[in-house]
Amino acid sequence: MKTASLREAYGKELLNQARKNKNIVALDADLSGSTMSCYLGEEYPDRFFEMGIAEQNMVTTAAGLSLTGKIPFVNSFAVFATGRPYDQIRQGVALPNLNVKIAGSSCGLSDAGDGATHQAIEDMSIMRSIPNMTVISPVDALETRKAVRAMVEYEGPVYLRVSRADLPIITTEEESFEIGKVSKIADGNDITIFANGLMVHKSLQAREELAKIDISVRIINVSTIKPLDVEKIKEYASDVKGIITAEEHSMIGGLGGAIAEALSDELIRIKRVGVQDRFGQSSCDYDKLLEHYGLTTDEIVRKAQELI
Amino acid sequence: MGNTVAELKKKAVVIRENILETIGVGKKGHVGGSMSSADLVTALYFYKMNHDANNPEDPDRDRFIFSKGHSVLAQYAALAETGYFSKDELKKTKTFGSILQGHPEKDTPGIEANTGSLGQGLSLGLGMALGGKLDKRAYNVYVIVGDGELAEGQIWEAIIAANNFKVDNLVAIVDSNKVQATGPIAERYDLGDIKAKFEASGWETFEIDGHNMEEIVEALDATDNVKGRPSVIIANTVKGKGVSFAENKASYHNAKLTEEQYRQAKEDIANL
Repeated sequence: MKTASLREAYGKELLNQARKNKNIVALDADLSGSTMSCYLGEEYPDRFFEMGIAEQNMVTTAAGLSLTGKIPFVNSFAVFATGRPYDQIRQGVALPNLNVKIAGSSCGLSDAGDGATHQAIEDMSIMRSIPNMTVISPVDALETRKAVRAMVEYEGPVYLRVSRADLPIITTEEESFEIGKVSKIADGNDITIFANGLMVHKSLQAREELAKIDISVRIINVSTIKPLDVEKIKEYASDVKGIITAEEHSMIGGLGGAIAEALSDELIRIKRVGVQDRFGQSSCDYDKLLEHYGLTTDEIVRKAQELI
Repeated sequence: MGNTVAELKKKAVVIRENILETIGVGKKGHVGGSMSSADLVTALYFYKMNHDANNPEDPDRDRFIFSKGHSVLAQYAALAETGYFSKDELKKTKTFGSILQGHPEKDTPGIEANTGSLGQGLSLGLGMALGGKLDKRAYNVYVIVGDGELAEGQIWEAIIAANNFKVDNLVAIVDSNKVQATGPIAERYDLGDIKAKFEASGWETFEIDGHNMEEIVEALDATDNVKGRPSVIIANTVKGKGVSFAENKASYHNAKLTEEQYRQAKEDIANL
């Protein structure tokens, strides 16, 4: 399967959108060479603000810029973009419902070598709990580009989580992307897997394994975890023996949590794949980390067998 | 705009009366900090700022951010007086469903941004100043911060960033009343030499008596001539200024007034 960089896609699409819309500006906290907001900065130095290693000021300055009609994209690693300025996002951006976009790069365990301090496995949970906030976790580079376009068109605060890893291309150019809508990646009738990001790919591999033992799996890409497409999720969860959620995030408060909440008044068996309640760690080998934390095809296969 | 100093002094009395209206008798409110900011707010709304209640979205209007959001009672007092909403709204402040919340919210006519979690207003002002520069607009952004609030790290992030971006359309005013919620700042959390810290960070600094209208007006005008860097006015003020029993007392940071205290406060203000 062909892979591509999500952050390259993000940076290029941000520049692309900035060419069309002069209100788009970018702010970064000394990570523009990793977040790839540098592309916008190189072409439009006046519309790129190097805010120094000071994320709280960066977020609130973006709020101020949005109050003058700009569409600021705030960039940092996901862990710093959501954790350090939580109060600034809550009070200064989400409460007044300002048009500020937050792009959290190197999400999940994807900054493998840098360890727990640089890995964001709580970001969806933190952002999801804030009223007015939209949370998007794209599955591949193509969806990342579409998400950036959608963010520009959408009026209001949005958090986008972007992996550092090159991920398999799962969607196509032609497929539409709409904030708040799930998409069916593959159909099946025994189990539905709701996944996002890297774990959609792992789910596809698990689906192949499970087909060999006659377990038929449907895969739904839930790239918007807030607002959640509750109606479709209920529909896809109702005609199977059970469901699995899979995410590169803590099992607390992320996609699995969101779906469990949405289905809490239904009698549906749910198995969750994600990081247990613990921190990440350094590993130069990303796959080794994914394996250690149970974010694997095998784990999904195991959970599916438990459901049958 | 355009009021004489004598007229501004009279307006400041009205603003203090309006602040009293917002909490009346028996409702808890931030009297201390609102009264210490009252003269500064009066000078901004009735002398310095280009603003119009009938055209609140004018892209060329000057912006004001009350970073020490708990003192918003002074801003409500000025907004009612300049026609952003009826003065009848003042006494509904903080009651359920009121357009006047306990801390500034953008939905209130005349309020530019949400503040209340301390330390964020200067960053908001910086963003607005940068937006103004990008759009080549001539407006200024004025931000009142509290001296107690200067303990917040984000303020210093904003101070350094504002210097980096050379935003000469940004003016900070420190309402330096020297008392925070639990007592005198110097005894609780010493801030050191505020003026020297701003100066060392590249800001043009002015220091004034924040209750002397001549000095306030002069300093605000002087900031217009500063080019290539942001300005700060350190305004030495008195917490609770104008209300005899509340002056310099931390206990009136956020307090309820009895009927008798309310009458006394009214009398004190009338005699200013």
